[in-house]
Amino acid sequence: MENSTIKSSKELEEEIVSEFSLFDEWLDKYEYIIELGKSLPIIPEKDKTDSNLINGCQSRVWLSSEYRDGRVYFKADSDAIITKGIISLLIRVYNGQTPEEILNSDFSFIEKIGLKENLSPTRANGLLSMIKQIKMYALAYEAENNNKEQADYGK
Amino acid sequence: METINQIRAQFSALQQQVYGKPLVYFDNAATSQKPLTVLELQQRMSSGINANIHRAVHKLSADATELYETGRDEVRKYLGADSREQIIFTSGATASLNLVASSFGHQFLKNGDKVILSEAEHHSNIVPWQIICERVGAQIMVLPVNIRGEISVDQFSEMLDEKVKIVAITHASNVLGVVNPIKEIVQIAHSKGVPVLVDGAQGIIHCDFSVKDLDCDFYVFSGHKIYAPTGIGILYGKKELLEKMPPYMGGGDMVDTVTFEKTTYAPLPLKFEAGTPNFIGAACLAPALQFASSVRQSAEIKLYEREMTAYMIKELENIEGLTIWGNPSNRELKIPVFSFTVEGTHPSDLAQLLDKMGVAVRSGLMCAEPLIRKFSAVGMVRASLAPYNTKEEIEIFIAGLKRAIKMLR
Repeated sequence: MENSTIKSSKELEEEIVSEFSLFDEWLDKYEYIIELGKSLPIIPEKDKTDSNLINGCQSRVWLSSEYRDGRVYFKADSDAIITKGIISLLIRVYNGQTPEEILNSDFSFIEKIGLKENLSPTRANGLLSMIKQIKMYALAYEAENNNKEQADYGK
Repeated sequence: METINQIRAQFSALQQQVYGKPLVYFDNAATSQKPLTVLELQQRMSSGINANIHRAVHKLSADATELYETGRDEVRKYLGADSREQIIFTSGATASLNLVASSFGHQFLKNGDKVILSEAEHHSNIVPWQIICERVGAQIMVLPVNIRGEISVDQFSEMLDEKVKIVAITHASNVLGVVNPIKEIVQIAHSKGVPVLVDGAQGIIHCDFSVKDLDCDFYVFSGHKIYAPTGIGILYGKKELLEKMPPYMGGGDMVDTVTFEKTTYAPLPLKFEAGTPNFIGAACLAPALQFASSVRQSAEIKLYEREMTAYMIKELENIEGLTIWGNPSNRELKIPVFSFTVEGTHPSDLAQLLDKMGVAVRSGLMCAEPLIRKFSAVGMVRASLAPYNTKEEIEIFIAGLKRAIKMLR
C-alpha cells in the first residue's frame, strides 16, 4: 500500500523547488524553513542517543533509520530550528524511498532552493554529515538486501 | 564621530556589502580587519621585496631582513619588553603556546607535577598542556570562574603548592570578555617561584599593559587579531627561561654550527625560529602595531570604546530572555566582547539570521568548550567590537537581533 502513495524523490525535489520559487526574499524563505522546523515532530528523548548523534560545532543533529519492505524510513531532529527545517525537507524527499534511489540522488535541490551555504563544511551544523549518514544507511540496507537475496537464492 | 570615520576609511573591508546590505563586522575577536598601511606593506613586499631573510648578502635579502627585524623592534616596544632577544616570531598564539608547553614542559615538567589553567581558557591553551602532561605524567588543575566570569585570587593562592610548575592563564577570555587580575596572579605565583604564561590573544588589543609591569614570564598573541596578516604570532619570554628551554623545532636559521655529530644552536631569538619564517607577516606587525598604539593612545577613542561597551550592554540587557555571559563586578574589566544566549532560540539560528541581515557574529562553542558547556549546553552568540565599529552598527545589530528572535520564538 505504502509504495503506491510514495512519489519518487525526483518528483518531491521538483515540488520543493517550485514551492521555494514563490519566495522573492530571503526573509520569507527563512520564515518558511523555521515553520517547517517547528512542525517537524520532535523525536523522543530516548532516541536521542549518542549513536544517533551527529555533532557539529554549531548545532547537533540526531538521525535514526528503519528499513521496512524494501524502503528506508528516517527520524531526525536538531536543536537548531533552521537546521531542523532543512532536515524536514530532506526527510520529505528521502523518507520511504528505496536504498537504490537514495544512493542515486545528488541532493542538489538544496542548492536549487538557495540554501547551499547550509551544506558548506564551514557551517559545521551537522547537515553535511547528516546527508552522508543518510547515504550510509541506504548503503547498509542495500548490502543487507543483497546478502538476503543471495541467501534466499541459495535455499 | 570624525575620528572614527577617519579610522574606518583605512579599512577597505568595512566598505563592502554582503547580500546587498552594508557589512556590520562584529567578529573582531576572531580576526580583525587590516588597515591600508598593513595591506600596502604586504603588497609592496610580495611584489618587490621578496627574498629570504638572514641568508644572503644581496640587496633584496638585506631589505627583507631589515623589515623583518623592524617588526620585531615594534613588538618589543608595544609589549614594553627589555630586549629584542625576548621577541620570538611564531605562526600565531597557538604555535607560541605549543612551543612553550612542549619546550618548557620537556625541561621542567616531571611525573606528578601540576599545571594550573583557568576554566576560561581557549582550546589552544588547554590542549598543548594536555599533550605534554600526558607525556610526562603531570596533571592539569583548573582554576574555576564564578557566574560573573571572574576568577578568585584567593582560590588561586590555595591551589598553588610545591607541585605546581607553571600557570597558564588568559589575559581576557575570548568568550566572557573579562580581564583577569594578571598582576596579582603573577605576584602570588612568583612568591612561590612559579612562572606565569599569559595568553594575550584578546588582551593584546583591548588592554593597556607592559610585560615588565605585569612581570609575567611568557606572553603570547596572534598578529591577525591586532590588524596584522594571518600566520604571524609572538612569543615573549623572560630571557633566563628562554635560554634554559630546548629548541622546539630544528632546521635552518636556528643553528650556530652543524655537524652530523653535534649541532650548536643560535642565540635567542633565532634558536626558536627554525625554517623560513613568515617574514612578510612579521614585517607587517610594524604598521599594525603602530596603528594599534595610535588608537590606544587616543583618549577620545578610549572613551568611545567605554561608551560603546556601556551602550551595547544596555541594549542587550533590554532584550527579554537574553543573558550576557561575563559580567565583572568592576565594569572597567569588561572588554567589548559580548557572548550571550537568548531563551527559546538557538545560537546558530540567531547567527544565521543576523548573517542574512549583513551582521557578522560568531556562534557555537568558540573553541572554549569546557567554559561554554558550564553556562550553556548549546553554545552562545558572540558579538565583538573593534575601534572602527560605530553606534549605528550597534543599532543595526540590535534591531536585527530583535527581528531574528521574533522569527524564531
